[in-house]
Formats: sequence, C-alpha cells, structure tokens
Amino acid sequence: MFALSDLLPAREQMALTLGVHIILVPFGVALPVIVLLAHYRGLRRGDEVAMLLARRWSKVMAVLFAVGAVTGTVLSFEMGLLWPGLFDRFGAVIGIPFAIEGLAFFTEAIFVGVYLYGWKRMHPWAHFASGVPIVVAGVVGSFAVVSANGWMNHPSGFSLDAQGRVVGIDPMAAMFNRATLYEVPHMLLASYMVAGFVVASVYAVGMLRGRRDRYHRLAFGLAFGVAALAAPLQVVVGDVAARGVFRDQPSKFAAMELTTVTGPDQAMHLGGVLVGGRVVGAISLPGLDSLLVGFDRSTVITGLDRIPADERAPANIVHLAFQVMVAIGTALVALSAWFGWSWWRRRRIPSSRWFLRAAALAGAASVVALEAGWITTEVGRQPWIAYRVLRTRDAVTAAGGVWVSYLVIVVLYTALVVGTIAVLRSMARRWRLEEGAQERTGDRPDPEPVVAP
Amino acid sequence: MNAADVAAAVLWTGVVAYAVFGGADFGAGFWDLVAGGDTRGERPRALIDRAIGPVWEANHVWLVFCLVMLWTAFPPAFVAVMTTLTVPLSLAVVGIVLRGAGFAFRKASVAIGRRRVFGASFAISSLLTPFAMGTVAGGIASGRVPVGNAAGSRWTSWINPTSVLGGALAVAVCAYLAAVLLVGDARRLHDADLEEYFARRAVVSGAVTGVVALVGIAVLAADARRVFDGLTGRALPLVVLSAACGGWTLVAVARRRRAPALSTRVTAALAVAAVVAAWGVAQYPDVLVGSLSLDQAAAPKVTLTWLVAIAAVAVIVLVPSFALLYTLLQRDALDDAATSH
Ligand code: HDD
Ligand code: HEM
Ligand code: HEM
Repeated sequence: MFALSDLLPAREQMALTLGVHIILVPFGVALPVIVLLAHYRGLRRGDEVAMLLARRWSKVMAVLFAVGAVTGTVLSFEMGLLWPGLFDRFGAVIGIPFAIEGLAFFTEAIFVGVYLYGWKRMHPWAHFASGVPIVVAGVVGSFAVVSANGWMNHPSGFSLDAQGRVVGIDPMAAMFNRATLYEVPHMLLASYMVAGFVVASVYAVGMLRGRRDRYHRLAFGLAFGVAALAAPLQVVVGDVAARGVFRDQPSKFAAMELTTVTGPDQAMHLGGVLVGGRVVGAISLPGLDSLLVGFDRSTVITGLDRIPADERAPANIVHLAFQVMVAIGTALVALSAWFGWSWWRRRRIPSSRWFLRAAALAGAASVVALEAGWITTEVGRQPWIAYRVLRTRDAVTAAGGVWVSYLVIVVLYTALVVGTIAVLRSMARRWRLEEGAQERTGDRPDPEPVVAP
Repeated sequence: MNAADVAAAVLWTGVVAYAVFGGADFGAGFWDLVAGGDTRGERPRALIDRAIGPVWEANHVWLVFCLVMLWTAFPPAFVAVMTTLTVPLSLAVVGIVLRGAGFAFRKASVAIGRRRVFGASFAISSLLTPFAMGTVAGGIASGRVPVGNAAGSRWTSWINPTSVLGGALAVAVCAYLAAVLLVGDARRLHDADLEEYFARRAVVSGAVTGVVALVGIAVLAADARRVFDGLTGRALPLVVLSAACGGWTLVAVARRRRAPALSTRVTAALAVAAVVAAWGVAQYPDVLVGSLSLDQAAAPKVTLTWLVAIAAVAVIVLVPSFALLYTLLQRDALDDAATSH
C-alpha cells in the first residue's frame, strides 16, 4: 500500500538528485585536466596568464567538488533510503564497483585537499604532480559507477535458481557487463565535453562583450580545445551505444526510435510523438533506422507491438530525450569542426561573432545533452530497475513518507543550486574587479598570440 | 575468522575512522556554532577553517566507505537499517548537504551577510548530523532494527533511551575531540590566546562527555542489555582504555601541560576509537542486535573476497596518501591564504 504510493516520489527524488549530481561530475572528472593543462603551461613557459587561470579555475573546482561530494553522498544514502529492494537482492552482485568507486573518491578527496591548498607553500612541480591523481581517480571513479549503471541495463554475473534466488555470483562479470563497454567511454567523453564547453562558454560571453585580451583567448582556447577533441569521438561511441541498446534492450530501443511495428526496413523518425499507438508529426526517413543499426535495410527491429504493455517505457519522453542528445551532439561536432578549421589554417579562434555566439550556447547545450542522455538511459529502462530481472516498484522502500523527504530535497537542492550559482558569480565579479585594477596599474602581461594549448 | 568476520573488521575500521576523523570535523563545526558574534568569533572561526579546510572532504568519504561496505558485504543489514531508521538517516543527509555546502560556500564568499548565512548552515548541521548518527547507533545497539524492508518502528527505533544517549554522546564526544585537536593547532601557530580558549572548552566538553558516559552506563544496563553485557564483559578492556585515554587527556589539557603536543591529540582520538571499537566487539557476532548475525547477513564468499582485496589495495594506496596529506598539513604546507581571497 505504502510501497505503491511511494514509487512516484521516490523516482522523482532519484531523478532530481541524480540530475543535479551528474552536472557536477564533469567538473570533478574533466575540469582537473583543463586546470592542469593551464598549470603545466604556466610552469613550463613561465606563462603568468596561464598560471592565473589555473589558480582561479582551481577555486571554482573547490566549490564544485564540495557540492559534488555532498550530492554524491546523498545518492549513496538513497540507494538504501529509496531502493532497498535492489540491494537486498543484488547488493552482493554490484557492490564491488561501488567499493572501487569509494577507493577512487578517497584518493580524489585527499589529493584535492593537497592540490587546492598547496598553491603557496609547496614546491611548484610537486604541487602540479599532486593534481595528477585527481585525474586518474576521476576516470576510475566514473568507470566504477557507470559500470554499476551498465549492470542495471544489462544484468549479468549471476543466475537465478528455481525459487528466484540469486546464485552463482561473479562480481567481475557483473562489472564488465556489455553495457559498461560503451557507457563508460560515453560518460567520460561527455564529462570532457561538458567541462570544456561550459568553461569556454563563459569566456565566449566575455569576448562577445569586447574582452578579447590574451587572458580570454587562452582560457577559451584551452577549454574549447579539450571539448572539441572529445565531440567527434562522442558521436562514434554514441553510435556504438545505440547498437548495443538495439542488441540488448529492445524495449528501450523501440521507445528511442518510436518503432511501433516489428519488422525490417524501419524508418527513422525525426521529431514526432506517439499518439494512440501511431507516430504523428515526424519526418520519416524510410529504411534509415534499419540501415544505421544493421548496415542493411532488411535488419529487423523489434517494435512496441512485441513488448508487453506493462513492460513499455514512456516512449515519448525517451524518444524526445534521445533526439535532443543526438541533435546537440551533431551540432557540437559542427562547431568543433569550425574551431578546428580556423585553428589549423590560422592558429586562432574563429573571429566571427556567430562562432562566439554559438560557443556561448554550447556550454548549456552540452549539459542538456548530458541530462537527455541519462533520461534516455534511465527512463528508457522502465519499468525495470534492473532490466528484466527486477521491477522498480518491487525495489522501492516500504518506510513511507517519501513525499515528505522529496519535498525537503526539492527545497534543499533549490537552495544548493542557487547558492552555488551565487558563489560562483560573486567570484567572477571579484576577478573582474581585480583585473580592472591591474589594467589601470599596467602590470598585466603583454598580449601575445596564443599558441596551440 | 571466516570471510564475513574479515569483512566486518574492515567495515568496523571504517566506522571507527569515521567516528574519529568525521567526529573531529563535526566537533569543529560545533565550536564554530558557539563561537559568538562576528567580531568575537572571528579568530576561533579562522582557526577552525584553517584546520578542516583541506581535510573535510577526505574525512567525510569514510561515511561513503561504510555505506558501500555495508550494502555489499551485508546487504540485509543495510536494507534493515536504512528502511527502519529512515527518519534519522534522512536528517543526517540534510545535515550533510547543509554542512558541506555551507562550509565550501562560506570559504568562497567575502560578503559578510552571505558568510553569516553559509556559516550558520555549516554550524547548525554540524550539530544535527552527529546527533542523528548517534540515534542510529542507539537504535541498532538496543536491538530495535529487525530484518526486513521497514520492519521496525519508524519512530521508537530512534526515539528511545539508548538513541538519545547515543545522540548526546556523539555530540559531546565530537566537541571534546575537536577542542583537543584545536588546542594543538593553536599551539602550532603560537597563538596563546586561542590555545587557552580551546583548552577551556576542551575541559568543559571533556567533563560533560564523562558525565554523559556515566549516565550512559545506567541507560545501557536498562535498555540495551546485550550490548551492556558485552561492554562489561568481552569489550571491557577497550572500555577501560577509552576511559583512561579520555581521562588522561582531560587532566593533561586541564593542567595546561604544554609538553608533548601530539600526545593529547593521540590519546583523545584513541579514546573515541576505543569506545566505538568496544561497541563493535560487544555486539559481535550480531550485525543487528538480537535478529541478524554476521554470517546470516553476509554476501557470498566471492564478493567478500573481492571486497577484502579492494580494501587491501585501499590500504596500500590510501595510507601513504593520507600520510602525505596530514604531514603537509602539520608542516603548514597547505596554507589556504592563497585560495581564500
Ligand atoms: C555531452 C553529452 C552527450 C552527447 C553529445 C551525446 N551523448 Fe549519448 N549519452 C550521454 C551523453 C551524451 C550520457 C552521458 O548522458 C549517457 C547516459 C548513459 C550513458 O552511458 O551516457 C548517454 C546515453 C546514450 C545512449 C543510451 C545508452 C544506454 O541506455 O545504454 C545512446 C544510444 C546514446 N547516448 C547515443 C548517442 C549518440 C548517437 C550521440 C551522437 C550524436 C550521443 N549519444 C551524443
Ligand atoms: C548520474 C547520472 C544519472 C542520471 C542523471 C540518472 C537519471 C535518472 C532518472 C531520470 C531516473 C528516473 C527514471 C524514472 O523515473 O522513470 C533514474 C532512476 C534511477 N537511477 Fe539513474 N541516472 C543516473 C545514473 C545512475 C547510476 C550510475 C545509478 C546506479 C548505479 C542509477 C540508479 C538509478 C536508480 C536506482 C533509479 C531508480 C529506479 C528507476 O526509476 O529506474 N542511476 N535515474
Ligand atoms: C554517471 C554517474 C556518476 C559519475 C560518473 C559519478 C562521478 C563522481 C565523481 C567524479 C565524483 C567526485 C567529484 C566531485 O566530488 O565532484 C563523485 C562524487 C560522488 N558520487 Fe558520483 N558519480 C555518478 C553517479 C553517482 C551515483 C549513482 C552515486 C551513488 C551511488 C554516486 C555517489 C557519489 C558519492 C558518494 C560522491 C562523493 C564522494 C566524496 O565524498 O568525495 N555518484 N561522483
């Protein structure tokens, strides 16, 4: 009774808390790389501007790390507070990646403490070196959590006996499930894209407002360069992911593509919604879906008609989210190509205002793509919490009162987001003031052409 | 010792570490809370900031470690605890969010009004979280958490004599531990005023902790018999060790014994570690007192083996890393003067 009515708030709470946490993840995983690039350049070439950037970015990192850590801790609690059924049955199967994640977080937190506070008194290169474990831990940590999510999409490493008990556990097989293979690189690349494009977008806005000094150009170039390298790779990995979903999660794939009737020669639907079992308002490209997924128009794709009604995901949400992700991914590749072209030919950032305007939007767009990707994955898996082995409703807590905790979380997270933005903005304002002061006293390093980051 | 015992030992090491390192952290927040207005409280707050800035995130990962160990090695215990004790655990979650964010935001802010809001959020939640965690400990120790998805009472599982004792003791112990550590920090910075300031607070909170602990004996005898028997039996040496360390620290600080600065810090930490370890020993071999043993709750052997292997790797990676962090901290190499403006 309680369990049933608590399913909705529990899902909403999970979606909200994950949705917030995941925005912070790129700044724990990929921002350190961008900071270290600037730091390296500063040390190696005695580049004061790069040093200043590294120092300032590391302060941003400090704030976002803290928010990432608390929101991540909330998620760990929620595994038990909201979804005890998952861990009751499968805790022994999927616990290992979480333990590895814990190890990675420890390493990360320790070296974050050293790196962020070591600017003044440590030997410069020793201090730089203390940033490297943060990067490694970010990769290991992402691998571990995302492999747990991969397991939910493709449960493996165990079998069920006649009574439905979990037997024959193999934690390694669970961790290296088939979805891990594409989800992990996809998430890592997403982290590099989001961190790069978001940082770059801040400086794109500055440049649009006429601040085209070396500080802005270097900052933009470094961050955008990282993201532009990741963007084309991301599309390739995304394509592999789509084929993986087609192979292993037919109900999700049918929802993603709005495939209604099983068969070969399936059309790709651009846009469109499912109304009463039919796709309306879509641009259909005949045969393309089958062609893309199987390299052959005769590839048979399972449609919603073969999925029992109580095992269908909300197709419209999944389809919309998937298309938003792919559209943004494609657009960001185009933008990256523009940047790459200009860099290759002229060693500089495209001077067109249109480029800068697009770059200013790219940050927000990459975050939208990140969220859309997770909605595709998570909502597309419904009604299963672990695909075809455990339903979400069977995993939810029986403690009751989830509506209350959900409301508290909504208030708390609103304050958290508002606070984070306020703190970051006031930091930026302070830096602009400092800069104005420096410009007046003229102790600013001379502008010079930016060389490849 | 079977695999479950080893896993339990690893888990309990995490609990002890969280109690010590996390506890010192929470306690520092408590002193921040009671440090008074902006002018009066400025210097103690600056010391607190300096002391926990570089370490709070690492200290706090112990909690995540404990959760992960529990849900992987003893899944039914994890489920029972999280669902029956949902209310205090949710309060702890709220406290953790307010605390971490408040601390980081205050650090990054200069405007006085804003610093006050963030500081208050940090300080108040430094009280809320350990209290909530203490009630959780009390619920488990007094056998109020049965096996199952929310099988126990949502309210009496944590509003009961042992839980109230647990909450009060947690707050007092955290405050005491932090005050002792801050005495050492002030001394290192040659700040005699602050040293005196925290020494006085260490003595008061130490005395309060002692009184709570004495009352606690009676409470446990009446309300948590199993654990009481364990504490007065098998775990007695640890209890005695804890009392001796706590008492010695108190006397040393009270007499302003300046001599070995390190030793009071070590004995204070040892006092906390020993009492938490004693609780574990007292309730062994049960995870949930009276309803679930370690063996019944344990995951299959493969999982436990992997878990212990990862813990071993963790020791290899983390011990030197922690050593580096604390060494740099003691040598004042991690001075955040550069990052606070
Ligand atoms: C910057 C973000 C970003 C961008 C530009 C893209 N993706 Fe993505 N996508 C994600 C970020 C993301 C993610 C990190 O949010 C997800 C969620 C789960 C995962 O592994 O990655 C994801 C999931 C995800 C899935 C579902 C995997 C599953 O459920 O198992 C598919 C099929 C794709 N993506 C395909 C693509 C394609 C074909 C793209 C090319 C244009 C693309 N993605 C661009
Ligand atoms: C971090 C990025 C992630 C995001 C943004 C995300 C997003 C979401 C969303 C939107 C839902 C709600 C689905 C619905 O209500 O229909 C959900 C559910 C859930 N997710 Fe994810 N997810 C993420 C990763 C993960 C990972 C790594 C795990 C576990 C290891 C996980 C575990 C869950 C669980 C347990 C649920 C609740 C059950 C359900 O509704 O499916 N998620 N997530
Ligand atoms: C795609 C999914 C996820 C990725 C890639 C990811 C990655 C990260 C990273 C890199 C950090 C540390 C950086 C920072 O503090 O900002 C972090 C923090 C954290 N995450 Fe996530 N996370 C994901 C989802 C989850 C989920 C589902 C959980 C819960 C089970 C979780 C639990 C945590 C915890 C506990 C922390 C805090 C660690 C600390 O105290 O330092 N994360 N996450």
